[in-house]
Amino acid sequence: MIGVNLEIARTHLLAKKRQTLIAMMGVTFGIGMYILMISFMNGFNEYLEDTLLSSTPDIHIYNDIKTDYSHSILDAVYDTTKGVNIVYHPKPKDITPNVHNPKQIIADIKTFDNIMAVSPQLSSQVFYNNGPVQIPGTLSGVNIMEESKLTNLAEKMKTGAIENLLKVDNGILIGQGLASKLNASVGDLVTLASPQGTSMSFRVVGTFQFGIGSLDNVKSYVSLKNVQQLLGRDNQYVTDINVKMKDYTQAKALAAVFARKYGYKSEDWQVANASAMVSITIRNMMTLVISFTLLVVAGFGIYNIMNMTIQNKLKDIAILKAEGFAGRDIMQIFLFQSLTIGFFGAMMGLALGYAMSYGVWSLPFPKNEFISITRFPVTFHLRHYVFGIVFGMLTTLIAGLMPSLKAGKIDPVAILRG
Amino acid sequence: MDIVLKASKVNKYFYEPAEFHVLKDISFEVKRGEFLSLVGKSGCGKSTLLYLLSTMDTDYQGEITINNYRLTGQKQNALAAFRNEHIGFVFQFHFLLPEFTALKNVMLPAEKLNKYSKSEIKDRAYEKLKMLDMQDFALKQSGKLSGGQAQRVAIARALINDPTVIMGDEPTGNLDTANTQIVFEILKDLAQNKGQTIIAVTHDPEFAQKTDRIIEMKDGEIISQ
Repeated sequence: MIGVNLEIARTHLLAKKRQTLIAMMGVTFGIGMYILMISFMNGFNEYLEDTLLSSTPDIHIYNDIKTDYSHSILDAVYDTTKGVNIVYHPKPKDITPNVHNPKQIIADIKTFDNIMAVSPQLSSQVFYNNGPVQIPGTLSGVNIMEESKLTNLAEKMKTGAIENLLKVDNGILIGQGLASKLNASVGDLVTLASPQGTSMSFRVVGTFQFGIGSLDNVKSYVSLKNVQQLLGRDNQYVTDINVKMKDYTQAKALAAVFARKYGYKSEDWQVANASAMVSITIRNMMTLVISFTLLVVAGFGIYNIMNMTIQNKLKDIAILKAEGFAGRDIMQIFLFQSLTIGFFGAMMGLALGYAMSYGVWSLPFPKNEFISITRFPVTFHLRHYVFGIVFGMLTTLIAGLMPSLKAGKIDPVAILRG
Repeated sequence: MDIVLKASKVNKYFYEPAEFHVLKDISFEVKRGEFLSLVGKSGCGKSTLLYLLSTMDTDYQGEITINNYRLTGQKQNALAAFRNEHIGFVFQFHFLLPEFTALKNVMLPAEKLNKYSKSEIKDRAYEKLKMLDMQDFALKQSGKLSGGQAQRVAIARALINDPTVIMGDEPTGNLDTANTQIVFEILKDLAQNKGQTIIAVTHDPEFAQKTDRIIEMKDGEIISQ
């Protein structure tokens, strides 16, 4: 019985090929633009997350210097019941911002599941001397192989290689932007001054580019030992422990565990990049709103065309009813038509969306030495395509349902009597 | 002969534009195999009565029974199924579905009934078309048939499920004398030889005179039967 209804629906669609095609195109453009939007936005978000993640450890453990001076150690010496101890403008003294027992903590962190790499770091503000000009920046002393697991530094190298840091005594890897400011390239010597006034010379063994100006223009890496020397510290002196996880979405929970266990500040990447996370959320929302609008417009197109078709087919509907087709059959006939339009329209939309995404992906990104991408970031995820077709079908189902229900309720007598 | 259709105390009102009593206490019976014509002036209510009998219009008081099946008060879906199997309809205008061939137009009600296989339905449709001498036009798009041809296809369509009652709303109204004669002969033959009941609303006195029985209406009442 459904077979007859399908056959009638198919005949109707094929009888007006042009109109059917135009109706389909409404859905095609809607879904196509949705695919392009979501692929492009997603690609951009992934690129952003990727650059953020590569420059931010999943979990960052450091010694947050205490700034709470509400209690004074005087309270322990002089009885506060007899008077009040007041200390004016207290300042920290003899406090080192390092993490104590770094080796033990690192060994312990490595016993947790889901840990990919742990890299101890000693960071310091430094001045890069370029003749009489001093350029402020930061210096990180690291175990370069562990650090590269965290930041993918090996892939971000513009010149030289990270392994050189192990081979060359007093080698340094510097940011691309900083290198050009210093007019330094591989093989050149640069001199660094610490806040304590000590200075050391390093030989450039490589330059890197994260694609983030705030890193590439100020940062450089040397071995952990060299920074300890520069600052006059012992070989246990480490200020930060950076952790990379296999699944970075678990960082938040684990950061809390570390904070409790080791008593140091433990920050996950989402907290460290809160503002960037907000912009990602907003972009996702925007994509959703625009996609939804596109699909709703396509839905209205179908609604209009189905209404028009039904208006043109009033006599046919009446005669089918006179022949004994029930309201339900008439509804099926027209619903099937809109679903067919929706399905094929959506399928063509996926193809169009893929083609457009591919086109955008192939475009070279305007050349910019501060950004590490060469083409527009676009992702090709199956789930977007599945969602596109499901949502496309759903839109046409809803858009087709109302006219179809109306068609089912048409009173044949009024039409047949003329 | 047994009673195939029975209407008792049927009343109907139109409410638009003003309340109007169209049918007043209509009661009559029709026997199996009877060829009945409904006549009367325009606006006397004969077409309205026919549409009530056809089960498409359900807004009335009284009771209508066809084939001992009480139609009054049935659900729309049940009525559609009943119509499909027991009633064949011929209109003044053929109302064929223009996208389909003549053959397909004839086949559709049978496919809806789903009593026979597809190939049987096709054979039966050919048989009906042949009865009306339309077999040569079977595969022609129905939109391209002439008025007389289309009307004959429409009659074949009404016959496809061997309905108990065939109803016609001026079935020959758009046909010339020759075609009217052909259609009349076919209907007469169906009534006499196949025992199918025929109820036709007509304005054509000549057509009415040749039928078994005439019901004449005036101002919503039966004045002679």
